Amino acid sequence: MTIITAAADPRDEGFGLYVHWPFCVSKCPYCDFNSHVVERIEQSSWHDAYLRELSYFAAQTPDRVITSIFFGGGTPSLMDPKTTHAVIEAARKHWVADANIEITLEANPGTVDADRFAAFRTAGVNRLSMGVQSLNDNDLRFLGRKHSVEEARRAWRAAAKIFPRVSFDLIYARPNQDLSAWKTELREALREVGDNSISHLSLYQLTMEDGTAMAADYARKAFTLPGEDSAGDMFDATQEMCAAAGFPAYEISNHAAPGQECRHNMIYWRGGDYVGIGPGAHGRLTLNDGAVATRQIKAPALWLKRVAAEGHGTQEQEALSDTARGEELLMMGLRLSEGVHASRFQRLTGKTIDSMVNVAVCARLIEQGFLQQQNGRWIATPSGRLALNEVLRQMLAT
Amino acid sequence: MTDLSHIRNFSIIAHIDHGKSTLADRLIQRCGAVAERDMKEQLLDSMDIERERGITIKAQTVRLTYKAKDGKTYQLNLLDTPGHVDFAYEVSRSLAACEGSLLVVDASQGVEAQTLANVYQAIEAHHEIVPVLNKIDLPAADPERVRQQIEDVIGIDASDAVPCSAKAGLGIDEVLEAIVTKLPPPTGDQGGLNKALLVDSWYDTYLGVVILVRIKDGVIKKGAKIKFMSNNATYSVDRIGYFTPKMVDTQDLKPGELGFIIANIKSVADCKVGDTITDDVKPAAEPLPGFKPSIPVVFCGLFPTDASQFELLRESLAKLRLNDSSFHYQTESSAALGFGFRCGFLGLLHMEIVQERLEREFDLDLITTAPSVVYRITTQKGEMIEMHNPADMPEPNLITKIEEPWVKATILVPDEFLGTVLKLCNDRRGEQADLTYVGSRAMAVYHIPLNEIVFDFYDRLKSISSGYASFDYELEGYRDADLVKVSIMVNAEVVDALSFMCHRSQAESRGRQICERLKELIPRHLFKIPVQAAIGGKVIARETISAMRKDVLAKCYGGDITRKRKLLDKQKEGKKRMRQFGSVDIPQSAFIAALRMPEN
Repeated sequence: MTIITAAADPRDEGFGLYVHWPFCVSKCPYCDFNSHVVERIEQSSWHDAYLRELSYFAAQTPDRVITSIFFGGGTPSLMDPKTTHAVIEAARKHWVADANIEITLEANPGTVDADRFAAFRTAGVNRLSMGVQSLNDNDLRFLGRKHSVEEARRAWRAAAKIFPRVSFDLIYARPNQDLSAWKTELREALREVGDNSISHLSLYQLTMEDGTAMAADYARKAFTLPGEDSAGDMFDATQEMCAAAGFPAYEISNHAAPGQECRHNMIYWRGGDYVGIGPGAHGRLTLNDGAVATRQIKAPALWLKRVAAEGHGTQEQEALSDTARGEELLMMGLRLSEGVHASRFQRLTGKTIDSMVNVAVCARLIEQGFLQQQNGRWIATPSGRLALNEVLRQMLAT
Repeated sequence: MTDLSHIRNFSIIAHIDHGKSTLADRLIQRCGAVAERDMKEQLLDSMDIERERGITIKAQTVRLTYKAKDGKTYQLNLLDTPGHVDFAYEVSRSLAACEGSLLVVDASQGVEAQTLANVYQAIEAHHEIVPVLNKIDLPAADPERVRQQIEDVIGIDASDAVPCSAKAGLGIDEVLEAIVTKLPPPTGDQGGLNKALLVDSWYDTYLGVVILVRIKDGVIKKGAKIKFMSNNATYSVDRIGYFTPKMVDTQDLKPGELGFIIANIKSVADCKVGDTITDDVKPAAEPLPGFKPSIPVVFCGLFPTDASQFELLRESLAKLRLNDSSFHYQTESSAALGFGFRCGFLGLLHMEIVQERLEREFDLDLITTAPSVVYRITTQKGEMIEMHNPADMPEPNLITKIEEPWVKATILVPDEFLGTVLKLCNDRRGEQADLTYVGSRAMAVYHIPLNEIVFDFYDRLKSISSGYASFDYELEGYRDADLVKVSIMVNAEVVDALSFMCHRSQAESRGRQICERLKELIPRHLFKIPVQAAIGGKVIARETISAMRKDVLAKCYGGDITRKRKLLDKQKEGKKRMRQFGSVDIPQSAFIAALRMPEN
């Protein structure tokens, strides 16, 4: 199997399709994604609605080469594999499919068994991203996960046998977790990854998102989180250990063996176009009269109704100025270890990076070791990436 | 026509919350001056800020018509005065416009420090004083104890004190009878010289400047030409009348009467409280005694948060001054805060009120620097400089002497808190002058430097006494002091707005406290930031703000882009609420918060 090394190919940022499945078996307290728990899902209406909305967007983006499809959620492993298959086939019909098209499905351990994995594989899925989140049963309970570590282990071992590419997610910097506990857990994770030929790891620090149950508990001091310095130490250890194990960071929270980067997510970070279908899905499209940001209706029932009535459930389609695009490109691109290609920036926004940023401040950031300019790219150094919000604020300060 | 024997002019003295405004409301209501449907609480306090804080800032007057038990009808003029020491001079002028006072004391709380100061002023103004024991309907009321306390502490006869409850409407008639029978009528010569006391003035958006006067001798008629004796300015009387509290126009005001004059006066600053108004054609030979302009004693810098609001601040200060000529301002520029104004106030409450009115009525967002007092500095050349701003202090080697203002502070506190209160006073360089007991409460009199109380003394006092201590002060004069200027450096640069004056013996501990506070108040930056306190070139305290380690979104995918871009824009806005100093951003709130002493 040949896979184009995404990081080595700066010319094309790719073109992807994101499909949002809005249902979960239960709602995790930390999650602020558009996910809902319902008694019964009318699978056939979802099948039809996805296909209708897909053709609506496909008509606006003819002749593109599709490089990735991503089924996210929610818990898209709850989707009928037949629907998954139908969406993949429709996408292949609407656009030209890249020979190495990456088709990812997110799965929660506990919602899948080997048979179901096989069904998704048959449907066309070639990459599985599994929400393991922790290798500690107590912490899984704190995170509101319904699976045990043992169930997760069985699931990723089964998945690794069925899918060509598997990624798994962990959440760290959890309450009461110290540096050594995290190192022990990460060491175990890296051993499992190695033993099962898993090629990709997403390692997120636990974040309190506004409006979530966990953020409310945190606000009333039900628990504490590791402080800034301790979280920084855990981040640094993560970079070192993953790199030593052959999984260098290619993005702030993402690590992969070379060539195994998630092509779909690279589209977001490189500022490429993607169609977003399903409730609450976002898209970025370059149309004849400029770049637009699309956002679909969030409530599942309303989205279904609107798609049935009008062929699409677009809540908002907002034109993006070159400045807004430029800000997005810096915000996303500096997350990558490859940084932002100045030439790509200019091609996508019609502006130079120099014209968007405070040049004097950038010179200082370079001198302080937070930013680099190298081979036509602007790169945030590892310490710059860890403080990227502040680095961006300063770069863009007028 | 009312002859003088049927006029009573009185004011009400009370501690905050002891029921002054409620009693005034009841008296007005009982005399039928206001229709039932127009009744609202604190009739005489018209500013929002007065109603909210339950205080009176501007003097107000109301004329009541009362048919007494003796069958005669009396004209009662109630002059509602500011109760706070900051407005002591205004209070003294208001008192000079009356012959008597009701001393309202909460029958459950007893006499407070503020009551004392005001009642002594009334005694000095030769007032007849009628004690009123309010809130007798409260379960905790102990009228006998409070009656005794009034005699013990204030030293006036309280045997005839009138018990009442303004809230419940009890004893209101008895209060009115006491006004008629106990208080003396005014004296004055109807045919004599024209002499009126300027009690207060304010700017009304529709009417222009309105002045409140008490006629002493003679009659002022509509259309007359009048002269202000302090500045010889002349005006012709357009309208004249009294308040019920609505404005009622008349043809004239006679001796003993209180009322208003509108005379096409341009600025409140021309109307100095305490001035004497006379006839332009036949002026009085001598003004009424006791006129003095008010002098600001507390200063602070006011800067717009957004530098582009400087002009708006200037206009707002000018407008506010139309209504309050007792505060002063002049432009000031600070390296840290840009352009703003150095403002002088009569006291701390006055300062707070002006700040609050600026923010509220003019929608300004302000940075306030630490309050400072007026120091007298004698230089080597023998010049005496009045220093309002620590930033203006000459080099120490050019100074031969520094003097600072002292006050006499009176504190009333329940015995159980006395120890901590005395410690606070001692920590603030206080010298005990007197300590006496009144029942279970102690009255401590201290001499304290004003600079020790301008900032947070009152807050601390309230906090350590669970709110039971009451406090009042009056300026005493200047004393030599061993003072130093402590400069604060952030990232090796002096932040002038944080500089402060303090006694040499306290410089090190204050400097250290401020550095520690700033360490908490200034957010982490991408680099380490030293925070130092120094006297001249000598560093006396140092803290370091560690470099920022982590400020990043863990996840950022397709769905997040718009939201997070908007978050970034918002954070850029947040930056604007900081002041950039060199490469360090200091939040505006830090300038005042840094100086707040820790609780210990």
